[in-house]
Amino acid sequence: MAEIVLDKVTKRYPDGALAVSDVDIEIADGEFIILVGPSGCGKSTTLNMIAGLEDITSGELRIGGNRVNERAPKDRDIAMVFQSYALYPHMTVRENMAFPLRLAKVDNATVERKVNDAAEILDLTQHLDRRPANLSGGQRQRVAMGRAIVRSPKAFLMDEPLSNLDAKLRVQMRTSVSRLQKQLGTTMVYVTHDQVEAMTLGDRVVVMRGGVVQQIGAPQYLYDHPSNLFVAGFIGSPSMNFLPATLEDGTLRSSLAELPLTDRIRKLLESADAPREVIMGVRPEHFEDAALLDDASRARGATFTGQVDVLESMGSDKYAYFTLSGEQATSAELAELAADVGSADVPTSGIQLVTRISAASPARLGQSAEIWFDADKVQLFDPSSGRNLTFAGE
Amino acid sequence: MAGLGGTETLGRKSRWAILDLVVVVYALVPVLWIMSLSFKTTKTLTDGNFIPREWTLDNYKAIFQTSEFVRALGNSIGIAIISTVIAVVLGTMAAYAVARLDFPGKKALVGVSLLVAMFPQVSLVSPLFEIERSVGLFNTWPGLILPYITFALPLSIYTLSAFFREIPWELEKAAKMDGATPAQAFRKVIAPLAAPGVFTTAILVFILCWNDFLFAISLTSTSASRTVPAALSFFTGASQFEDPTGSISAAAVVITVPIIVFVLLFQRRIVAGLTSGAVKG
Amino acid sequence: MSMQSDMSQSVIGADAVKRSGGRGKVVLSEGKKAERKLGLMLIAPAAIVMVAVTGWPIIYSVWLSLQRFDLRFPEKQAFVGLENYGTVLSNGYWWTAFGVTSLITVVSVVFELVLGMGLALIMHRTLVGRGLVRTVALIPYGIVTVVAAFSWRYAWTDGTGYLASLFGQDQALLTQRVPALAIIILAEVWKTVPFMALLLMAGLALVPEDLLKAAAMDGANGWQRFTKVMIPVMKPAILVALLFRTLDAFRIFDNIFILTSGAQNTSSVSMQTYNNLIKGLNLGIGATMAVLIFITVAIIAFVFVKLFGTAAPGSDQEGRR
Ligand SMILES: Nc1ncnc2c1ncn2[C@@H]1O[C@H](COP(=O)(O)OP(=O)(O)OP(=O)(O)O)[C@@H](O)[C@H]1O
Ligand SMILES: [Mg+2]
Repeated sequence: MAEIVLDKVTKRYPDGALAVSDVDIEIADGEFIILVGPSGCGKSTTLNMIAGLEDITSGELRIGGNRVNERAPKDRDIAMVFQSYALYPHMTVRENMAFPLRLAKVDNATVERKVNDAAEILDLTQHLDRRPANLSGGQRQRVAMGRAIVRSPKAFLMDEPLSNLDAKLRVQMRTSVSRLQKQLGTTMVYVTHDQVEAMTLGDRVVVMRGGVVQQIGAPQYLYDHPSNLFVAGFIGSPSMNFLPATLEDGTLRSSLAELPLTDRIRKLLESADAPREVIMGVRPEHFEDAALLDDASRARGATFTGQVDVLESMGSDKYAYFTLSGEQATSAELAELAADVGSADVPTSGIQLVTRISAASPARLGQSAEIWFDADKVQLFDPSSGRNLTFAGE
Repeated sequence: MAGLGGTETLGRKSRWAILDLVVVVYALVPVLWIMSLSFKTTKTLTDGNFIPREWTLDNYKAIFQTSEFVRALGNSIGIAIISTVIAVVLGTMAAYAVARLDFPGKKALVGVSLLVAMFPQVSLVSPLFEIERSVGLFNTWPGLILPYITFALPLSIYTLSAFFREIPWELEKAAKMDGATPAQAFRKVIAPLAAPGVFTTAILVFILCWNDFLFAISLTSTSASRTVPAALSFFTGASQFEDPTGSISAAAVVITVPIIVFVLLFQRRIVAGLTSGAVKG
Repeated sequence: MSMQSDMSQSVIGADAVKRSGGRGKVVLSEGKKAERKLGLMLIAPAAIVMVAVTGWPIIYSVWLSLQRFDLRFPEKQAFVGLENYGTVLSNGYWWTAFGVTSLITVVSVVFELVLGMGLALIMHRTLVGRGLVRTVALIPYGIVTVVAAFSWRYAWTDGTGYLASLFGQDQALLTQRVPALAIIILAEVWKTVPFMALLLMAGLALVPEDLLKAAAMDGANGWQRFTKVMIPVMKPAILVALLFRTLDAFRIFDNIFILTSGAQNTSSVSMQTYNNLIKGLNLGIGATMAVLIFITVAIIAFVFVKLFGTAAPGSDQEGRR
């Protein structure tokens, strides 16, 4: 067991590509930390540098207090689970799991015992003598985990370990990964693309973009207090709504509504030295059907009226989609987020708005509805730097 | 409706069957012809008939009684096997490096092997003839084995690196994470997975060496190292005055049999080996 | 405090070294170093053999080609500059051989391409006996060229052969120039069509089945699907096959040696070289021809690579792992 420290770690590939730049992360002993970010942002590269599979161009990596930059993977005492599982096809499950122990010249009796223990934990006992080719996806995944846990390493590294499983199995394995990590108490660095895994699994989440760490924090904290436009847009599904807005005399003017700022927000904006033109962000759940609210609640926000484009009933609540007239908010961050989810090429006109409203709402498809949103939950961003102007973190 | 579909596929099948037949005839007729010649008696040898009128094994008996053929056969087998083993071992090492490792000089190696693959062998015959004579390799086994290895290496590097590339790259990373040194990762994980590819390559290289004629007639002068293809061109028949057609045919059949056996047994592998390198180059 | 400034300084220092020293001076971790070492060790034997057996002889060959060097008159050996090149290039036999070689190369490669494509389609798409066709088609590839050449020779030999009488009695086709060349080409084509077909089949396998279905839905008939969809997708494979076969055909030797021994002006450049060298023992002239063939082959390869650029073999391969 050990803490892992990345100190100004940078990776430049031989072809000149800067994959990871000045990354500082301190991972505590026994912590479960998640790396998320869009494709190509350097998650795998970071993980491979911790593993020793890629060289660190500059900066320092310490495991348990010792600099390990120059150590070969086998001398770092770290185990890794790959997206493709990387099971040795010519070995049985037992041989696969025993492989790291055999390389470490562990005696037969111990190998036997450890493999059986791991198989027990992962419910693989009856498959020990089968080959990987004859196993189901979930079983292979567990063998890969088994191979990682048998030698009780200082830390686990997992690179999108569940992404090859179908949705249902993924949910099941997600909980067992979490349980396993709690049970073993081993430090874990986990790369994922999946919002839900990011929000539910980790103690802390590291959001990366273009090789640079954007923000590190507990999942709920990142959700509530994103430090910039990118984190705000990346964390949360469906994602935050963004609109261009103008600040004038304590009022926020946008195509949604004209909204007097709350005192809390006004103070934050003053200390942040906000520009006139901003991007306003509202999460879907901070909307509500105005018809369901009393006057007191209404007064804490503003309303707009629009025609319901699409209405999705989720049972517990409804998603109502609107298209507002006006220009979409533009910034480098938003363009990148759109590219990552693949919506960059979808032609749209006007501003797309997603709202989550109560299931009791009488809103109908194609008809107009009056929708309220919470003035105090609005977040404002600087369009040029992406900085969160309403950031209330420490 | 069903009946119509049935006759339609039947029609298509029979059309394919006819095409298949054309291919079979195309491929087999010259082989059957030389076999037929080898079984003909001296009397019927020149009757021009595709199928022998009188069958005999005399031609085979005769060639196996001449030391000329028996030595040549021994030379062919020995030289081809030794060249194959060496070329495949060296090729495996180099192909692994090319497919998997990052090091300076990789491009140079690929370039050199591409050059050698395109190299006109005859350009090598003149200098090798002179060099081998001066260092005493002329008319020896090593004198043939060396050029064979050289021309087999590009083939074996290409084929094998294509096979190596198909082994998932992550397996090796996994082995390193499991505590293996690069050498151990190669021995314990990659080598067992590469075995089928190595075997296939060995067959292709063997065929290449077995087939050579130019080096064999240029770099040998006696039956000490002359291989069968070269010996065939010097065949004069069991006795000086006899027409050698029967003996040549019998000898030709003898060296064709191992190839046909390989092809029959390992058709899939040979096809995979020949096409693997071709897709990407 | 002082420690911190120390550290930042050393980091800057390291950066500076890297920038000025380029890639070579970057401090490598143990893993990377071991990888480099292993890589070099693994390729060394193959590289040494290939370079030693081809590199040195090529240089030696160039040197020989500048000498008067006839093994029958070793005492007359002398440096003669480009005289040998003059001799060869002004020699009618050489140019005849060159023409014959080029003719055989072009004609047989064209036939091979057409027949090879047909065979590839049959092997790829046949509904019945796919295994049989693929196995049988490999036989010409595997057979020793000399053996096949003898089979063709006897087939066309008057009296002996089953084919000889096809064109009338007492024709002795192999002793007439044009028929002999035709038979040489036949032998060459027969032997190499399967290899061509296999290379093309690899390309065929790259044509997605869905693409052909989509083309069929769009109203393309069989021929249009072949020319408009398959050929363009297969182009790289076709070019690779063409390049390899062209270079290979230009080296033609075995078939001619057995079928005609080069009589009636059916010699190829390889035959000419061999005759001067082994039969004539004229090393100087032999080496000169060897160098000329080498240059020709290099030009063919260069033209292919220039014309077809990235489709050339090896051009996209080496960088990948
Ligand atoms: N071997 C390499 N050589 C050069 N560039 C590379 C190499 N591997 C990755 N890169 C580049 O480095 C950047 C980061 O890649 P990385 O694989 O770490 O991304 P990732 O965050 O894991 O993405 P994904 O979610 O798609 O797995 C990318 O721009 C990628 O193109
Ligand atoms: Mg990745």
